Amino acid sequence: MLNVLDIANSVQSGDKPARAWVEESIRALENNAEYNAVLNLTTDRALQRADEIDKAVSSGDEVGRLAGVPFVVKDNFLAYGAPTTAAAKILENFTSPVQATAVEKLEAEGAICIGKSNLDAFAHGGSTENSAFGVTHNSKDKTKVAGGSSGGSAVVTALDIVPFALGSDTGGSIRQPASFNGVYGMKPTYGAVSRFGVVAMASGTDTIGCFAKTADETALVMSVMAGKDPQDMTTVDDISMQIKPNKKSLKIGIIAETMTDDVQPEVRDSVKNYADALTAAGHVVEEVSLSMMKYTLAMYYIIVPAEISSNLARYDGIRYGKRAQAATTLAELYGRTRDEGFVTENKRRIMVGSYVLSSGYFDAYYQQAQKARTLLIRQFDELFETYDILLSPTAPTTAFGIGDNVDDPVKMYLADIMTVPASLAGLPALSVPFGEDKAGLSIGVQLIGQRRSDGLLLGVAKSLEATP
Amino acid sequence: MTTISSDAVRQLATLSAIALSDQEVERLRADITSILGYVEQLSELDTKDIEPTYQVTGLSNVWREDSVEESTAVRKILDDAPETETNQFKVPKVL
Repeated sequence: MLNVLDIANSVQSGDKPARAWVEESIRALENNAEYNAVLNLTTDRALQRADEIDKAVSSGDEVGRLAGVPFVVKDNFLAYGAPTTAAAKILENFTSPVQATAVEKLEAEGAICIGKSNLDAFAHGGSTENSAFGVTHNSKDKTKVAGGSSGGSAVVTALDIVPFALGSDTGGSIRQPASFNGVYGMKPTYGAVSRFGVVAMASGTDTIGCFAKTADETALVMSVMAGKDPQDMTTVDDISMQIKPNKKSLKIGIIAETMTDDVQPEVRDSVKNYADALTAAGHVVEEVSLSMMKYTLAMYYIIVPAEISSNLARYDGIRYGKRAQAATTLAELYGRTRDEGFVTENKRRIMVGSYVLSSGYFDAYYQQAQKARTLLIRQFDELFETYDILLSPTAPTTAFGIGDNVDDPVKMYLADIMTVPASLAGLPALSVPFGEDKAGLSIGVQLIGQRRSDGLLLGVAKSLEATP
Repeated sequence: MTTISSDAVRQLATLSAIALSDQEVERLRADITSILGYVEQLSELDTKDIEPTYQVTGLSNVWREDSVEESTAVRKILDDAPETETNQFKVPKVL
């Protein structure tokens, strides 16, 4: 399996040039085109960067911790070398004049972006079926969804095309596809990684993270991306992504509300097995209650559409993006550009957002949801007085069939039920691949920590990596 | 249970600057009704005297020096625009 550290070592030492690694990954992407995981390749720029790194190595220059390591970005990151589409028609031909801070930081350490992965348009969805450019197929079974919204990035990591890939996670968009494809998916503490240059969805819970195959690789990539960015005023500088060794006995709470009969039995078994492994490693695992859990999706599907309706107002066909043809008035131009450029789920969320922010409804919906959020955060804070980490499934089921949930938005939203609570509270959460169901579909367990405990989550996951 | 009329959906579409077909209005009417029906459960929560949480960082008023810095070139920005004239974005008649 590809490994970030092995690749960087081989490039730094001159054993295998960056160009060879990049060419192999691009070939692997082309050979796996049937998954529809990647929308555009950035071949020319990637090979040019690889040659620059190889030249620097031969001149004995410093090439960075991720020298020559190929990676894929979710196509809502502004990145050079190909259009940034957000998997929506309105941005189909948009070529960004700037790059996301996260991509800049990875490039500064020598990593090489080779392509841009498919997602639900504007990251609105949990299956990558809302892409304007076709569905992405699950890495284990092509009749199943990849999960979403960062479905393409999860699939290219799981297929071992690249050692890591980037995603964004607003309510579970990294963790749930990680669970569906059997890889690690990290959503850091809110504010740990700059969102500058990533297409905004809901700024109050948007976070940037990655997919990888080990805790060590996840920690390294997250460490490179983390830190304060003057261009994202919510970022802070003191959240460590370094693996924290956890020698002492930790207290871990399994969230009882996530282990009910509605949850697929094999998923529950995986969580129980993970709990047993934690106990065997000397930790104390107990059942805990998060009674606000049942309200979190309702909060999420008020707060997030509200922020979406505001954030997506900028897509108007005036300054960039695809403009509807032959409109005779400005109002008609706006209306038709947005009708043609957005997928149905984008429209649904924008309009629900417009509704909950309308005068007369604002208090009953938006304000009530933000107050409920306070109650949720209080419950988390109380639990973290006693417990170091909370444990739950990442998703209530393994990957569902393509087309199974597309006609029922509420049913589709329920796939996010396990991941949304940490998002609303700004907590770090890690999906760890652990087991599979009878059909061979991947299962993920979720570790949730108090704000700034990102390194602890990675440390616990690493300590259990040897467990079968 | 909240029900949304087709006219209310058209009004939301206007507020959202999206020109919907009649077929889309009907589909979205059903979807929005079902979503609002689901989120209505929040009304059963007692939130008297609870402050809303708008953000979780605890940061407030983050300032930076108001210094002159190099920005993206105007030409590069205009290159992305669907229609331009001289140094400006071009739009259809407003009034």
